[in-house]
Amino acid sequence: MPLGYIAKRLFHLLLIMFGVSVLVFLMLRMIPGDPARLLLGEFASPEELVRLRSQMGLNQPYVVQYGIYLKNILHGDLGNSLRNGAPVASEIGVRLPATLELAVAAMLIASVLGIAAGVVSAARQYSVFDYGSMFMALVGVSMPIFWLGLMLIYLLSVMFPIMPMMGRIGMGSEPDVVTGLMLVDTLLSGEFGDFLDALHHLVLPSFTLSTIPMAIIARITRSAMLEVLNKDYVRTARAKGMSEAVVILRHALRNAFLPIVTVLGLNLGLLLGGAVLTETIFSWPGLGRYVVDSLMARDYAAVQGCILIFAALMAVINLMVDLVYGLLDPRIRVHA
Amino acid sequence: MRKPIACVFLILCLLPALSFGADAPVTGGTLIWGRGGDSVSLDLAQATDGESIKAGIQVLENLVIFGKDSMNVEPQLAESWKVSDDGRTWTFKLRRGVKFHDGYPFNAQAVYDSFARVVFKEHPYNSYGQWKYPSLSLGPVKDIKVVDDYTIALITDKPYAPLLNNLALWLCPILSPKAMADYKDKIGQHPVGTGPFKFVSWTKDDQIVLERNKDYWGEKAKVNKIILKSIPEPSARLMALQSGTVDIADDLDPDSIALVKKNQKIAIIERPSVNVGYLAFNTEKPRLKDPKVRQALSHAVDKDTLIKSIFAGLAIPAKNPFPPSIWSYNDAIKAYDYNPEKAKKLLTEAKFDFNTEIELWAMPVSRAYMPEPVKTAELIQAYFAAVGVKAKIVRHEWGAYLSKTQNGEHDMCMLGWLGGNADPDNFLYGLLSADTAKTPGAANVAIWKNAEFTDLCLKGQKTFNKADRTKIYLKAQEIFHAEAPWLPLVHSTIVRCYSKKLHDVPLRPNGLNSFQMVWKEK
Repeated sequence: MPLGYIAKRLFHLLLIMFGVSVLVFLMLRMIPGDPARLLLGEFASPEELVRLRSQMGLNQPYVVQYGIYLKNILHGDLGNSLRNGAPVASEIGVRLPATLELAVAAMLIASVLGIAAGVVSAARQYSVFDYGSMFMALVGVSMPIFWLGLMLIYLLSVMFPIMPMMGRIGMGSEPDVVTGLMLVDTLLSGEFGDFLDALHHLVLPSFTLSTIPMAIIARITRSAMLEVLNKDYVRTARAKGMSEAVVILRHALRNAFLPIVTVLGLNLGLLLGGAVLTETIFSWPGLGRYVVDSLMARDYAAVQGCILIFAALMAVINLMVDLVYGLLDPRIRVHA
Repeated sequence: MRKPIACVFLILCLLPALSFGADAPVTGGTLIWGRGGDSVSLDLAQATDGESIKAGIQVLENLVIFGKDSMNVEPQLAESWKVSDDGRTWTFKLRRGVKFHDGYPFNAQAVYDSFARVVFKEHPYNSYGQWKYPSLSLGPVKDIKVVDDYTIALITDKPYAPLLNNLALWLCPILSPKAMADYKDKIGQHPVGTGPFKFVSWTKDDQIVLERNKDYWGEKAKVNKIILKSIPEPSARLMALQSGTVDIADDLDPDSIALVKKNQKIAIIERPSVNVGYLAFNTEKPRLKDPKVRQALSHAVDKDTLIKSIFAGLAIPAKNPFPPSIWSYNDAIKAYDYNPEKAKKLLTEAKFDFNTEIELWAMPVSRAYMPEPVKTAELIQAYFAAVGVKAKIVRHEWGAYLSKTQNGEHDMCMLGWLGGNADPDNFLYGLLSADTAKTPGAANVAIWKNAEFTDLCLKGQKTFNKADRTKIYLKAQEIFHAEAPWLPLVHSTIVRCYSKKLHDVPLRPNGLNSFQMVWKEK
């Protein structure tokens, strides 16, 4: 394990986080909208506005506000939400596991189905399956998530009610929160029925969220595989009499994996931050909705906290992708 | 042959009894309430959003409250009250034998702590919250005295008749002093009141669970549990109601309501709200100074078409500053009818400058009283064009819009008001008096300074006899009508859509009800 390299990347991560914190702090204050005014709306008196601004600390110069913010971050405090005064870290903490669970489930579906479709399409180039799967990939990329989600709810929850239409688990169940990941918590509490229920609730939103990355992964896998399948070592492997499955899975796919891993990492990062539509349609209590609601209310502390978390997650995913490169291709070595 | 006929006869006789049986209230079950978003804080003295109030009023109670389906003030935790002769001291006799959900007894000290934390900066709980609207609630209260365990007195700095209605607002809840001390600034996440439902749990952005308070002092709630489920997407909320996943779906759009009306399994209640959407004329701008011009522009707009096209019929045309659901509404006033010819004539008489554009400011956000502000502005622009007035639509970000209109920078601006406390003073003094027309920060965005009107408003605040106050406000509305500082557009209709399995579903004109009496068929 290149520990020096990881340490260097983690140091870069700190610099990135600092840059992100400055940018987000400034951008939020550049967009029009006064949090106190938005909170109190048209019914507030000028005195109430002044009092609330002062309570929120918005009457101080930006430099002072940023200084307080930075000092708090260094103490592990993301500040308090301007809307309800609750600590942002705990507000994020209760929502992040829901988003993680959804994004990881969607990536699993997208990876398994996308890679399988891409591999088969490449292996059977110009076949009906190839045309069919690439057509479906085009549809998957083009179809608005919003429309797809609502159609799935209408078909599978209203017309033929076989799938739950909202939430992470049945409304009567409230498993003890240990990790915040519903699948894990239901298993830890030994409620297998609740685990199946949570899994059932995860199907429609994760499938909806997976369509776009699935289509991208399928197309990338197909093109990467086609490139590799024409290489000499694949021809040699076939000439040596290896079975087609071994040739494709062991020799071709492993070598085609580099671009696929890049796309997987990129999409996982995007899903973590961009699941807002799916979360809205399926009433999924995740971080995407929280960010948008906070932004609409100009809840500076909440948005800043969320963006920092997203930036950190994105940087960690990138680091993991880079490390996976080394595992997949021994010729790639990282240097501290 | 006779036996079957006898049987049929017997069944026919029993049918009414059977149907009566189906309508008899039953206890138990879970009411699932689909709503557009999550609550922010369940300490209602800190709440400004409807989703917090909907949930909070199931748990917390006030000294007084509005009627189940009306805005008339009734006793809740206070049994009776009286006002001193000088109109400055309100003495409330409190209900005995009431306990908070944590077992702590309800008494005058609990009322003191609940109010004093908002009013007095030196109170130990004052720093635990952001008190959003003291001016609308306990603002005039300058002192609070615990007379004895079950008597409390509120002293105002001037005679202030609307105080009783203010106390019926969600902003004045009574919380357990023990819980306020224990939870400190987190009391909004753990509300402990005396209401018919107890707070159980809150999964952020997902659901709030409440359960029946078995020790409730009044008639106990019928359903065992209420789950308030956040379903932000309106189409998903509609489908949830259609499929029976939820029992109530809030805030459906007009198209969804039209669909719901065709569904045999869903019931709808409609009620005029306590709001008004209006176009304010800045009376300090030279071209809008003449009342004749303002009257002319009032004749230029067809409100019926506006209601059909923008509100899908879910509103009534406005002619006064407040809706008919509020007492002292002057129904004798004849609204400015839609009459473009008369509008042109009046404008010509007033020597209006038709060649210069006039600014029409459109709200950037949608509200119940203004669901499509830009379309509404475009429609008004077209109506004004039809009488020769060139209006230019101006838009600003919401915060800037409010600040600029309150500075009087506009010619005409669209705004609205929800009179939560259902007191005419809230609309008349708050939005139209000379006292509130001072820039910057003028709530009276017409910057209309009419001395006679303002005197009437101030007199109304000091008059405690409702009949006398009514006379004052009827006269004030006549002055408003003649001077036309606003073009009152609409009072929107409030709608509640729910499964027919639910019974005794209430709907106050402000849309905020306790669901204590609601029961659900098994």
